[in-house]
Amino acid sequence: MPCLILKNSYATRLLLLLLIILMPLCATAAERLRLATTTSTDNSGLLELLLPPFEQAYHCEVDVIAVGTGRALRLGEKGDVDVVLVHAREKEDAFIAAGYGVERRDVMYNDFVLIGPAADPAQVAELKDVAAAFGAIMQAETVFVSRGDESGTHFREMQLWQAAGVEPQGPWYLEAGRGMGEVLIMADESRGYALTDRGTYLAFKDKIALKVLLSGDSRLFNPYGVMAVNPAKHPHVKSELASAFCEYLASDQAKAIIRSFRKGGEPLFYVED
Amino acid sequence: MQYLIDSLGTALVLIFSLDSDVLSTVQISVVTSCCSLVIAALLGIPLGTLLGSYRFFGRRVCITLLNTMMALPTVVVGLLIFGLFSRQGPFGTFGLLFTPMLIIIGQAVLATPIVANYTLAAVKGADKRILPTALTLGASPLQARLQLLRQVRFGVMAAVIAAFGRVIAEVGVAMMLGGNIRGYTRTMTTAVALETSKGEFAFAMALGLILMLLALLVNLFLNLLQQK
Repeated sequence: MPCLILKNSYATRLLLLLLIILMPLCATAAERLRLATTTSTDNSGLLELLLPPFEQAYHCEVDVIAVGTGRALRLGEKGDVDVVLVHAREKEDAFIAAGYGVERRDVMYNDFVLIGPAADPAQVAELKDVAAAFGAIMQAETVFVSRGDESGTHFREMQLWQAAGVEPQGPWYLEAGRGMGEVLIMADESRGYALTDRGTYLAFKDKIALKVLLSGDSRLFNPYGVMAVNPAKHPHVKSELASAFCEYLASDQAKAIIRSFRKGGEPLFYVED
Repeated sequence: MQYLIDSLGTALVLIFSLDSDVLSTVQISVVTSCCSLVIAALLGIPLGTLLGSYRFFGRRVCITLLNTMMALPTVVVGLLIFGLFSRQGPFGTFGLLFTPMLIIIGQAVLATPIVANYTLAAVKGADKRILPTALTLGASPLQARLQLLRQVRFGVMAAVIAAFGRVIAEVGVAMMLGGNIRGYTRTMTTAVALETSKGEFAFAMALGLILMLLALLVNLFLNLLQQK
């Protein structure tokens, strides 16, 4: 077999090429911290500003796995990540209570908004109460596109349907099972309503014709929290680095970065002073 | 139409400005695909040769299974390997989830049946006299089969090219097992998926064009090898 390879000039070349390609794999990397977070924090570009100071201070790399809140928490439960940054307060408390997470800290907040076509067939723009607006959409049977993916936004939407006292069902209710951006596009294409975090809406504002029809209800408050995965449950997690990360996200340095982060002049996230 | 033109412009800018993010996704895509192809070739070529040149009980079943494996959906492979390599799974202690290593393993699973099947077809299509002639001339069974592979090397090359097409273009395995981590497991295809979800259609399309360009380059290179 070896002589066969040497005889074939192109086989030798192929082998050399492969060696060259494989080289970078051998390079040893710094310590890696695995962060499961939501698409809204990652897609907005905030983490690209927020992570480098931490990575420099601790000589590590933060691997961002951007999924929905539900999946992020499940990755934490299984110990596949070291730290989670999500937005579903009740689920977070349950995560802590079950002993999966430790050191929960409030990081930042923004709000959800109800968007829909400017013509507003369900007449929700005049309402102040978001549950009433959900009821009106149900009554009018206009298209509503749901995330349907157990993300933080989806959890909130389910709570709001519950608050409205209705079970969303029927051909007007589309469960997309996709990320926020795709849902905005789907809602736009089908001239429907959707619940979205303000950050993603601002990022898509120029690409879609939908307008913010309702905002400001206290039930649309959207707080983000960070938690380290409990090392007592999963001894292999990098708990020291994870707790340093939780501390960093609640630090004044991180707050200053979050506060100064803007898109098109508008802030996407807010922090408590 | 406008956005197709925009994306063409963006693609050209990205290529000529040597954007570091784009370069890293290209590199990750190429490295994981090539590594998985090496594994797939090491497993698939002998497997295809074996099935093509020996008659044994259960051979037809093996071939049917292999054909079915070619239709494996990438998300199913991703799901299966995710279950095996998650911390709760049997191989969880290796901590390979969300590393390029696991993308390579997943893509090798996708590519091996393709390499094996095409090799099998090449071996079956070869001149029937090669094997007996080599054996009569005193070659060992292994040597005879290596000779056979030499004769059908273009077919084997086609097998590898087909498998390359499958792994460089797949998104399910890379997304599920790699986690789309920037600069670490973000491949061309997961980057396209991400940019699409962000609504950056022109940029996503530009990445898609670069991916096609990459496939073209690889095929041109292999074509050059074949002409030697």
